[in-house]
Amino acid sequence: MEKVYLGIVLAPLIGSIIAGLFGRQIGRAGAHTVTIIGVAIAFILSVVAFNHIVLQGGEAFNGPVYTWMASDAFTFEVGFLVDRLTVMMMLVVTFVSLMVHIYTIGYMADDDGYQRFFSYISLFTFSMLMLVMANNFLQLFFGWEAVGLVSYLLIGFWYKRETAIFANLKAFLVNRVGDFGFLLGIAAVLMYTGTLDYADVFAKADDLAAIKLEIIPGIEWSLVSVIAILLFIGAMGKSAQVPLHVWLPDSMEGPTPISALIHAATMVTAGIFMVARMSPLYELSEAALSFVMIIGALTAFFMGLLGIIQNDIKRVVAYSTLSQLGYMTVALGASAYSAALFHLMTHAFFKALLFLAAGSVIIAMHHEQDIRKMGGLRKYMPITFWTFLIGSLALIGFPGFAGFFSKDAIIEAVHLSDIPGAGFAYLLVLAGVFVTAFYSFRMFFLVFFGKERFDTSGAHHGHGHDDHGHHHGGIPHESPWVVTVPLLFLAVPSLLIGYLTIEPLLFGDYLKGVIAVAPEHDVLARLGEHFTGAAGFMLHGLMTPAFWLAMAGVGLAYFIYMVKPGIADAVRRRFGFAYDTLDHAYGFDEFNNAVFAAGSRGLGRGLWRYFDLKMIDGWMVNGTANVIERAAMLVRRVQTGYLYHYAFVMIATLIGLMSWMILWR
Amino acid sequence: MSFEKILFYILASITVITALRVITVKNPVHAALFLVLTFFSTAMIWILLEAEFLGIVLILVYVGAVMVLFLFVVMMIDVNMAPMREGFIRNLPVGVFVALVMIIELALVVGPSVFGLQSYPAPAPAPAGTNNTLALGQVLYTDFVYAFEIAAFILLVAIVAAIALSQRRRSDAKYQDAAAQAKVRREDRLRIVSMPAVKAVVESAEAVQSPEGGEKKA
Amino acid sequence: MIALSDYLILAAILFGISVAGIIINRKNILILLMAIELMLLAVNFNFVAFSHFLGDVNGQAFVFFVLTVAAAEAAIGLAILVVLFRNRRSINVDDITSMKG
Repeated sequence: MEKVYLGIVLAPLIGSIIAGLFGRQIGRAGAHTVTIIGVAIAFILSVVAFNHIVLQGGEAFNGPVYTWMASDAFTFEVGFLVDRLTVMMMLVVTFVSLMVHIYTIGYMADDDGYQRFFSYISLFTFSMLMLVMANNFLQLFFGWEAVGLVSYLLIGFWYKRETAIFANLKAFLVNRVGDFGFLLGIAAVLMYTGTLDYADVFAKADDLAAIKLEIIPGIEWSLVSVIAILLFIGAMGKSAQVPLHVWLPDSMEGPTPISALIHAATMVTAGIFMVARMSPLYELSEAALSFVMIIGALTAFFMGLLGIIQNDIKRVVAYSTLSQLGYMTVALGASAYSAALFHLMTHAFFKALLFLAAGSVIIAMHHEQDIRKMGGLRKYMPITFWTFLIGSLALIGFPGFAGFFSKDAIIEAVHLSDIPGAGFAYLLVLAGVFVTAFYSFRMFFLVFFGKERFDTSGAHHGHGHDDHGHHHGGIPHESPWVVTVPLLFLAVPSLLIGYLTIEPLLFGDYLKGVIAVAPEHDVLARLGEHFTGAAGFMLHGLMTPAFWLAMAGVGLAYFIYMVKPGIADAVRRRFGFAYDTLDHAYGFDEFNNAVFAAGSRGLGRGLWRYFDLKMIDGWMVNGTANVIERAAMLVRRVQTGYLYHYAFVMIATLIGLMSWMILWR
Repeated sequence: MSFEKILFYILASITVITALRVITVKNPVHAALFLVLTFFSTAMIWILLEAEFLGIVLILVYVGAVMVLFLFVVMMIDVNMAPMREGFIRNLPVGVFVALVMIIELALVVGPSVFGLQSYPAPAPAPAGTNNTLALGQVLYTDFVYAFEIAAFILLVAIVAAIALSQRRRSDAKYQDAAAQAKVRREDRLRIVSMPAVKAVVESAEAVQSPEGGEKKA
Repeated sequence: MIALSDYLILAAILFGISVAGIIINRKNILILLMAIELMLLAVNFNFVAFSHFLGDVNGQAFVFFVLTVAAAEAAIGLAILVVLFRNRRSINVDDITSMKG
């Protein structure tokens, strides 16, 4: 099976290298063929792996593949840990990646960087697979950084656009802040356990629980809490939790396929995956769990609020992603790791679906992204319409759809948890359901229903992108099959996967042995006592507050945007302050720019002026030359040119020597 | 007070006095002459020390050649003597002081306490018929033959150097510059020109001398 | 009897006189050269005196070489002086300062 795992990782990498280095030689068709074949192989082999491990109960594979570096006490290896959690992630990653690859054939058809794009998304697939299949922290970090890098490359794919470059740098830098915490956490792990291998670290986890650290003199912290929080800081950067969330909305500068792949389904879930993987550590620290839960709850609710006022179709979905990531984080904090992973999986499918559908709409609107300029697209784009509806219903947690099962499980789990902050988190996630329903259906109604507000008078280029090539007088039509087929493929799991997998995943043995939950935190076990099967869960769900809130949200959206459109503007004018706060995304960007960005620049400038110019150039370089020059000017006066001075010096020295020999010897 | 001692003191005082005069007289010719006298008395003392060969050599070579050379140069250089006395009084104290300090220090080092008669008794006078020259020659051509050869070489170098330094070149003298000769390039001396052959008209029998078919310019 | 130290002190006196001569004489290079000859003479004195009292003829051999070198040096020194005089028309030591740093 080792070869299978290697194949899974290497196939996309090879595809990426070929498309990247030989793109010009093999042409567009060659580039997409080779990368799609690579990812398809990865997907098929992932299914094989799933079959082996889950369906046939095979052994999990945990072993090194290659020893990278052996230094004094530590060995750094490349290794794979393929257990049930890993195969679940692998399936998600490869499936979504395959859909996105196919979709891209249609979406980027007119772009000059076609081969480069395929190379990047295959490279991303490779990096993400390395991350999930890692069996030690170093490889995890490698995958972590690699996905960050590819995200940077892809957000700035249209590198000639200034906003794109601003966005990709922002993403990279914010990620870096998170990675700093992550690296400190890994270093702490290495320092206190002497190893980076997961299995060894988890075996020593109980020993670690006893150690106390004093970082600020006088305040004692548990080592495990410190490590867990540091690792979570990395997750905050990668999974865009408050306050390191600022990069995700701007990442919409990249092409829609990558918004779907990276910023919805896979990269942003790396943080969630990592915390779940580290569950043995998190279970030992209630402080860390509490921290995680509160951050997640804050993200879930407040980011959802921001989604209400967005007018760019992709931004609505982006804030929706932020909010759902918050949900996953809350679940992690409540020790409901399985629920978080379950939501991760379902979210991957329906969010990717929503993004790709949004992309389909964007293509149809000739790259116009403002939803105020859309409307009534229902009759022009039926497939997109229906798949978008499925995705939206999944998102708001309508009973029966995938999102319902995972979201409700999370809400119930938070309700049952008794970690400090759980009550607060419960309120926020519940309110978040209302907000989610409201903004999703606001978007849905504005785009697909109502009066047609788009410009039908010819070519309309909303974003400075190159010529699209379909000018049909501006009347939108359904996208080509390469775009709609992935939508259909993604719609299927968005419908069914929740129903099918809730039982084994949450209440069954699927993740046993992989995720560790301490008995006092085990909310899912308590939830499981009431569980009567997926259908029962659905019926029960019709009676929960969450369902009613969601319906209220849909109803309100319908009322405001379909029945009485004037209300929206009236509310905006009346509550101008609230609107402005939301419009400026709570001022995070302004704060970061003014404090961190300007501060760093100022610091750099100050250091340059003082150290570089004054000290190094002035004192050390010029100063040395000056000192030498002045010393030389002094010393040269010894050379008087007068012969007798020289003779005199010789004689005087001689006399001095003689005196010394006679008198002092 | 043996004869030897009296002789020594007389010669020693002559040496010292003449040496002093060398450095204090105005006229450089006088100074040179005083130096000659110094050498003479020194040679006498050396003969007293049974270094007869060296004493004579001093007179022959040093006085006879080097001092004569000095006199040549002194008389050749037409110097204005008056301004030469200027710095004398100014530098005198320093010079005297330095000299006195040196002498006193040297005297302390080599004084009677160290090298007196107790440590170094006067040797017996050499028997009559001892050949100082022979002894010197025996040492010179065996132990010091290498140094001897080098000394000869040094003298050769001195000759060449002195001539090279002071030689003036006559402007109309023709001479060879070997370096310039070696630096010559083909292009400086030879120029090949291509010209079409010119048909010569053979008119008389005398023209048989020139080659048929034309003349070539070399 | 004449002790070795007498000869040595005499040589020391000659040496001191020559040093004084170098310092005093600023105006005439010739006197300078003569003072140098005196210095060499003083050294030779030492050698001869030691050679006599130690009964070793090597001292005298050394004097021989010193004499040779002194003669060579005097010759070259005078040649330089002649050329200098030719160029500068002066043998004043104070005028020869073109090597001033």
